[in-house]
Amino acid sequence: MHDADLIVIGAGPAGMAAARRAAECGLAVLLLDEQPAPGGQIYRDVERASPLRGDILGADFTDGLAPTKGIERAGITHLRGAVLWQIENGHRVDFSQGGVAAMAVGRHILLATGALERPMPLPGWTLPGVMTAGAAQILLKQSGIVCSNAVLIGLGPLLYLVAAQMVRAGTPPKALVETQTACNLAHAMRHLGGALRGWRYLIKGLRLLWELRCVGVARYAGATKIAIDGDISAQAVTFQCGAQRHRTPCETVLMHHGVVPNTRAALSVNIPHVWDAGQQCFAPQVDEWGRTKLQGISIAGDGAGIGGAKAAICAGELAALAAACDMGKLSEEARDSAARPVRRRLRY
Amino acid sequence: MKTASPYRDLGRSGSIKVHVRFDGAALMLPEGENLAGALLVAGILPFRHIPVSGAPRGPFCMMGACYDCFVQLDGTVKQACMLRVVAGMDIAMPPAGQARDA
Repeated sequence: MHDADLIVIGAGPAGMAAARRAAECGLAVLLLDEQPAPGGQIYRDVERASPLRGDILGADFTDGLAPTKGIERAGITHLRGAVLWQIENGHRVDFSQGGVAAMAVGRHILLATGALERPMPLPGWTLPGVMTAGAAQILLKQSGIVCSNAVLIGLGPLLYLVAAQMVRAGTPPKALVETQTACNLAHAMRHLGGALRGWRYLIKGLRLLWELRCVGVARYAGATKIAIDGDISAQAVTFQCGAQRHRTPCETVLMHHGVVPNTRAALSVNIPHVWDAGQQCFAPQVDEWGRTKLQGISIAGDGAGIGGAKAAICAGELAALAAACDMGKLSEEARDSAARPVRRRLRY
Repeated sequence: MKTASPYRDLGRSGSIKVHVRFDGAALMLPEGENLAGALLVAGILPFRHIPVSGAPRGPFCMMGACYDCFVQLDGTVKQACMLRVVAGMDIAMPPAGQARDA
């Protein structure tokens, strides 16, 4: 049985930042994470992978080294390979680690469960050789494995990022089959103004597209009637652009339609969720400190609404400050003054 | 099972290779690496057949969410993407079950 002031579920950007901030405030933190190494999916296995593949993955990945270092400190117990399966009575957490069931009691619980890829069912999507684009990223980040003869299907910045990383790794994809039309793109642009550092992301996106163009990766926009052919594994992607039918032979397929909050833990304890029309997903209702309607449970990072790693770090810190204040380790004034620079970072 | 894998190792791991078995076949996999990734590079695909229809499956999400990469290890069905390679692992396809109706 573990006992902690704050139990953090997930050692991604939000969870790591929250654990560090809470420990700095004097809280005893228990950090549970499914993976054998901290970093979440965005910084997966960053400590091992950075020196080996930092050049391909870029600074957005190696930036994850600092937050993983931050949790190696007194006051934080980090349990690796710990899979949460139940939250009871708002403060007891049941999990298993290495096949053994265990229990933890905390005064406050922070869910930092991150994002999942939006499921994108289409004919043939269960064939071996078909993965999400995020899965391909994980293979590359964690293991230095690239998917050759790949067709990428879907839309969104991660699709372009994965394609560009494949180019840098010397295995450019055979084609990008994009479900996005010029009209969708114009719609997405309208949200850029409100997005965190929107224009910087836009420039990054254009740079990625340029990398693809330089090596002549075929791009098909507004593709419909997409299907994956194959008997025992993926062999080709068929689709339609305008009146034209296409068939691109391949060995691997990577699909991506954006990411959505991983709300499984939050839904399991009946935290109220609302439909976010802008992000086209359900997200839990949280206040500016990540607090939910349930006393003693808060949510930070992509699990509370997609904002990316940098915003997740800020949200994790804010949730930790609020929890420390609720437990009497910080006055409201100290909490607010510590939060001010974090909120400023969140706006840039 | 394929021999030439479309999943290529960039050769930047630095891990030593250790003996592992998959369905009785001897494999040399990099120690400490993600098991699902290492099996893909070794040309193992599919990892299993689903109990209901017998359709083939392999890794899909690589983050413990989809359960398509199930393998059998030490008599228990586990997600390969959540494990690391350990010397002497004896892995098998999970039993496909009886029903083959699709």
